[in-house]
Amino acid sequence: MHVPTLAELTAKGQKPEVLFWVGCAGSFDERAKKITKSFVKILNKAGVSFAVLGTEESCTGDPAKRSGNEFLFQMQAMANIEVMNAYKVIRIVTTCPHCFNTLKNEYPSLGGQYEVMHHTTFINTLIKEGKFSISGTTYKGKRITYHDPCYLGRANQVYQAPRDLIQKLDAELVEMKNCKSKGLCCGAGGAQMFKEPEKGNKDINIERTEQALETQPEIIAAACPFCNTMMSDGVKNKEQDDQVRVEDIAELISKAENL
Amino acid sequence: MSYLPNIIFAFILFLAIFLFRRNILYIKRNIQMGRAIDRSDRSSVRWCNMIRIALGQSKMVNKPIAGILHVIVYVGFIIINIELIEIILDGLFGTHRLFAPYIGELYNILIASFEILAALVLVSVVLFWLRRNTIKIRRFWKPEMKGWPKKDADYILYFEIVLMTLFLSMNATDQLLQGFGETNYTRAGLFPVSKLLTPLFSSFSIESLIVLERTFWWLHIIGILIFLNYLYYSKHLHILMAFPNTFFQNLNPKGSFKNNEAVTKEVKLMMDPSADPYAPSAEDIVPEKFGASDVTDLNWIQLMNAYTCTECGRCTDDCPANQTGKLLSPRKVMMDTRDRLEEVGKNINLNGKFVDDGKQLLNDYITKEELWACTSCNACVESCPIGIDPLSIIMDMRQYLVMEESSAPGDLNNMMSNIENNGAPWPFNNQDRMLWAKEN
Repeated sequence: MHVPTLAELTAKGQKPEVLFWVGCAGSFDERAKKITKSFVKILNKAGVSFAVLGTEESCTGDPAKRSGNEFLFQMQAMANIEVMNAYKVIRIVTTCPHCFNTLKNEYPSLGGQYEVMHHTTFINTLIKEGKFSISGTTYKGKRITYHDPCYLGRANQVYQAPRDLIQKLDAELVEMKNCKSKGLCCGAGGAQMFKEPEKGNKDINIERTEQALETQPEIIAAACPFCNTMMSDGVKNKEQDDQVRVEDIAELISKAENL
Repeated sequence: MSYLPNIIFAFILFLAIFLFRRNILYIKRNIQMGRAIDRSDRSSVRWCNMIRIALGQSKMVNKPIAGILHVIVYVGFIIINIELIEIILDGLFGTHRLFAPYIGELYNILIASFEILAALVLVSVVLFWLRRNTIKIRRFWKPEMKGWPKKDADYILYFEIVLMTLFLSMNATDQLLQGFGETNYTRAGLFPVSKLLTPLFSSFSIESLIVLERTFWWLHIIGILIFLNYLYYSKHLHILMAFPNTFFQNLNPKGSFKNNEAVTKEVKLMMDPSADPYAPSAEDIVPEKFGASDVTDLNWIQLMNAYTCTECGRCTDDCPANQTGKLLSPRKVMMDTRDRLEEVGKNINLNGKFVDDGKQLLNDYITKEELWACTSCNACVESCPIGIDPLSIIMDMRQYLVMEESSAPGDLNNMMSNIENNGAPWPFNNQDRMLWAKEN
């Protein structure tokens, strides 16, 4: 697929409406790349004028900051801000709640003021504006449970946008016992993704997967590449990967619409 | 000679107020040892939060059973305190039920409602005790609740049982004396609850009844004054601290962690090609240390949080690390911060200024293993009924571990050097960032 970069469009004298911040997971992680591609298909279908930073994108610094390395975080942030401000970026959409949170909340005081949206909110906006619609029946009546990413839900109060999309798929949304503001972490936040967990009696992703499986879903919907990995591992660990799939909401939509 | 009780009462009252004031000043001084942080913005939102969350108990009822019982005890506490005004004035002026002649029927309504509330408080407190001691509610049996915290929690309940019993017994004997037409015991008040206790005292002589009534009266007010001074040593301090704490709580999105301004200056300097690296100003801005290894490195809000914590354990209950058996307990982080702050405060009281005691919050109270178990998910912050933020302390301490001690777990060091070298937490070449677009 052809994905325009900001450098490319700027050279042509064009300016896209929105920057798609792909994120490191979305760029490099095999599983997350599928989410990235699904979202690009949705953007194309809706005729959104967008671009990515490509090789000019660099880690937002989120895992460095949550690890305590404020210096590395701010180095990353300021370098990214310099790039985006040079392109006069106004709007950003991203499929990663960690990037979303950092860009939205921690960049402004360092000089990066942008309108930042998570892809679930963005897709809802496209639907409201009549640019995109969900009519596919692939998921009609299917039991889907939704796992709230901490950095989307509690951290930024985005609970409804992903749920609205699941309902538009005509699926049966079943909630876990801990959901929304009470949602249990998948275990990857705060840079835990990149280290072994501390000694305990269980891994957090297993606990969360058990909660998800209690709802007897066909699909566990995620909205974060890290949650996706953690929940997928959990489902495999419980030997349920034949019956239960973990999918990002962008993937569900792109499949439903045969994109 | 007839003024002796008034003088004794005034002495006890002023002693209690003096000691209470001294404790409050200690707390204030200790909190002011924290670093500066500006929370003077959006004051109307802050007032609303305080009214809704502290006064209105809005987050308490998230756990319905404990929440409703708590609301009963809280409303009882606030309302019955109106009676306290009369008791204190009676004590000072040697009067008896001073307000009764002035407010007529309202007095009966007030006394009756105090009695009903006292009975409800009594029932709630007994249920609280049963919950805490007989049902194995997970959050009450965590390791950090052993010893003083467990005793403290029980003592508070015993205190309230005794105070409510004294209040009702005082009214029971009082109404008997009123019935006998005893001088000083003018007919006043309506006693729907203590009426039921009168058979216990009906066989006593008038003289003994007067002695009993006076004893209950004195023990009740002295009990309250002791309780007032017990607060400083207890988790029960939350009845006062909840108000400023909810007022000053963080209003930004929970995911927004503050950017360290000293680091910003450094980074800007590094990235500015025209900057003079030898300019003296940068040196001045760099703080003595990055992050927090002791309580004095935390900001005053975090220290106030520590005094506010009532050790209910909702944070620990909701913590994913704690739920899966890790050492981390957000409640323990708050308790450790308060204990260490008290230790530093006592050190200053003793020596006039802080004399190094070879201890600090890090390692001596909170271990690295606890700090590295946190997923920064904000469940603890969300669950706190009075706006305490344990996560910010954990993050400040991690900042110290990484920026001052370079002691992050090896995996995290790898992740960070990947970001430094490749701009991604994994060892991929940044030039490959767009490969996904070429794949199917």
